[in-house]
Amino acid sequence: MNARPEAAYAPAPAPLTEPTFGTATTGKVGMWIFLVTDAMTFGGLLLAYGILRAGNKEWPAPTTVLGIPFTAFMTFVLIVSSLTMVLGLDAAKKGDRREAVKWLVATAGGGVFFLCGQVYEYRHLIHEGFTLPSGNFPATFYVITSFHGGHVFTGVCYLLITAFGVSRGRHLENGANFVEITGLFWHFVDLIWILVFTLVYLIP
Amino acid sequence: MGDATMSKPVPVRHLHVGPEFHAEQHIHPEPTSFLSRYVFSKDHKVIAKQFLWYGLFFLVMGGVMAMMIRWQIAFPGTAFPVLGQLLWPQSGGVMPPQSYAAFFTMHGTLMIFFAITPILIGAFGNLLIPLMIGARDMAFPTLNLMSFWTNVLAGLCMIVSFFVPMGPAAGGWQSYPTLSTLVGSPGHGQTLWILGIFLTGSASIMGAVNYITTVVRLRAPGMGYFQMPLSVWGIWLTAILNALFVPVLAAGVLLLFLDRVFGSHFFLAGASITKGGGDPVLYQHLFWIFGHPEVYILILPAWGIVSDLLSFFSRKPAFGYKATALSMSVITLLSMVVYGHHMFVVGMSPLLSQGFMTLTMLISIPSAVFFLNWLGTMWRGSIRFATPMLFSLGVVFVFGLGGLTGLHLGAISSDIYLHDSYFVIGHFHLTMAASVLLGAFAAIYFWFPKMFGKMMNETLGKWHFWLTIIPITIVFCGMLVVGYAGMQRRLYNYEAYEFLKHLHPINVWITRAALLLGASQFLFVGNFLSSLISGKKAAENPWEVGTLEWTIPSPPPHHNYDEIPVVLHGPHEFNNPAVTGKDWLAQDEPIGDEPVALGAVGN
Repeated sequence: MNARPEAAYAPAPAPLTEPTFGTATTGKVGMWIFLVTDAMTFGGLLLAYGILRAGNKEWPAPTTVLGIPFTAFMTFVLIVSSLTMVLGLDAAKKGDRREAVKWLVATAGGGVFFLCGQVYEYRHLIHEGFTLPSGNFPATFYVITSFHGGHVFTGVCYLLITAFGVSRGRHLENGANFVEITGLFWHFVDLIWILVFTLVYLIP
Repeated sequence: MGDATMSKPVPVRHLHVGPEFHAEQHIHPEPTSFLSRYVFSKDHKVIAKQFLWYGLFFLVMGGVMAMMIRWQIAFPGTAFPVLGQLLWPQSGGVMPPQSYAAFFTMHGTLMIFFAITPILIGAFGNLLIPLMIGARDMAFPTLNLMSFWTNVLAGLCMIVSFFVPMGPAAGGWQSYPTLSTLVGSPGHGQTLWILGIFLTGSASIMGAVNYITTVVRLRAPGMGYFQMPLSVWGIWLTAILNALFVPVLAAGVLLLFLDRVFGSHFFLAGASITKGGGDPVLYQHLFWIFGHPEVYILILPAWGIVSDLLSFFSRKPAFGYKATALSMSVITLLSMVVYGHHMFVVGMSPLLSQGFMTLTMLISIPSAVFFLNWLGTMWRGSIRFATPMLFSLGVVFVFGLGGLTGLHLGAISSDIYLHDSYFVIGHFHLTMAASVLLGAFAAIYFWFPKMFGKMMNETLGKWHFWLTIIPITIVFCGMLVVGYAGMQRRLYNYEAYEFLKHLHPINVWITRAALLLGASQFLFVGNFLSSLISGKKAAENPWEVGTLEWTIPSPPPHHNYDEIPVVLHGPHEFNNPAVTGKDWLAQDEPIGDEPVALGAVGN
């Protein structure tokens, strides 16, 4: 029998412990990966914004065109909706269906308020001639904020579906895992907004 | 040292498997209606077959276009036989310039996004990941179903674009502005191209989320990352790159779409517009941030599959298994930071260019590591020259050529001369067309028995191999030569240029080889179809290898594994001295009466 160098083998399977990823469920792992891909899409759009803005000397200061106090209030509402989301998850984990549904619907309400604010803001800006073809500042503004708005809309639907499920007694098993995944998405949408608000509205 | 394993007492292995782990993979009853079973199936094996047919369809379409492009280059002004009269009756069967531009654009687009991606990632990703890691299905079967049908919608966009006024997209597969804006392509073809790319990108992202999660969460007990077959490694790394970079392409084509349809001008500059000021180079950045990882997206599954097959048919463990897996991972990381080497001539800062060049050159280190590992795997092996092995060797050969020519394009000084020449075409076809195509053939010949329960014909397979490898080498090496001589890509009639006229004979030979290459694929089609109908019935493990998919019947039952297997060995346990009577060992097969304490398994 030929002696074979040990190194030629693929390494022996050493510790035969559970090969799963901690205790995270497939749904949670999947959502995290999706959020990374989604962040990359926003990354692409924000990169385009950065390059176009850096290459254009006549870029107006956003504060002169956009209404900062109004959007700051919308931002505040969105952040508060993250808080209500946490309260909803907490209630769901404790098995308190009534309380959980209440907070989830409140979170969705925050999202709806934000969307209404965005519609109001768009109408106002379009009225002032700030339209998609009128320049690259409005164009990047509309692409990034409406792409985010689409996420808020998706999040509101997602929250209402989750709330409906909870009201029917579903989604509470496994430490309210389903509610937690919904929350991951919602917090992500909030986090992205903070970046968008800073980069598109605030940087002078 | 081998004898030492026999005399040493084997330590008892303990498995700890939480109940939660098992709760996740229920056995679902097999669907009974035709629609849920064959059309809108959630079974990863059925979706794999759907992707295979889908990819082969577009492979034929893209291949025929390649033949027509080559015909125009070698015999300008003459009618393409048969099809020419049907497509261009007004010019007597001669391809007009607009169709030429459309065909090289759609050839690239269809081959990359609709042939290679569905076959290697869609079909073999779906087939192999659950089977090889010992899972009953993908983590998200419904998402898998959606991924395939989104892809079909994308494919329809591309096909429809051939029938709109002014024809399909014709701005090159990268669709650079200004060629791809309304200024360069006023027709609807380019808009449909954007929709198709956006949809197929969405499908890729769905697939990627699914693949990564499946590998992370559904590996059978004992299947650590370093017990996974290298095929799974390759597909998994591809999925990671897809998840990270396809979204950036989506952002890029979204902006292009707005430019075309809603009158913005992200990518228009100078005289094209009256106010503001966009940046065409911005699109190139967004495109290549995705585009460079994309070439690794295409090649990584083939690398993984070839790494496994070389070991299987050399009857030896893969040499440097861990080094191969890690070097593929390092390449995955490096591929994220080298995209600038596609843009050396756009006028980037020289400092930035040098950074990109250095990082590009670094890729040759991990590439050399796994390439030498391939050679080390075969060294002194008892090689069985079955068809899958021949195609794997073909990959080693053409990838070696393609990899070495890449160095000329990664270095700034030589790239500035070679940029946009046929040298580039030759290089990337050797790496991501020839290597990937041969890798796909290797995979089809190898896993056909597991997919369809029939064996493919070996004699025809060998003829197919030789009649593929010889012309494919001539075609793409010929392109390297004419490119080095200064011939630019995308020329409708290069003979209009005095300094290129002397390249006529070599271009004619490239075209002859290409036509032979195209013709010999009929051997494959014939073999594939006849084996499907009347092939010899495949045994459970016809190739005598040890990965998990060969421990279950061919084709596998709906739920794959009656019991989730417990993995005890790496994927390439060949000629283990402790095993008698055969030279291979299944990954879940105990050696002799090796004591294994199974912990909570079976509870």
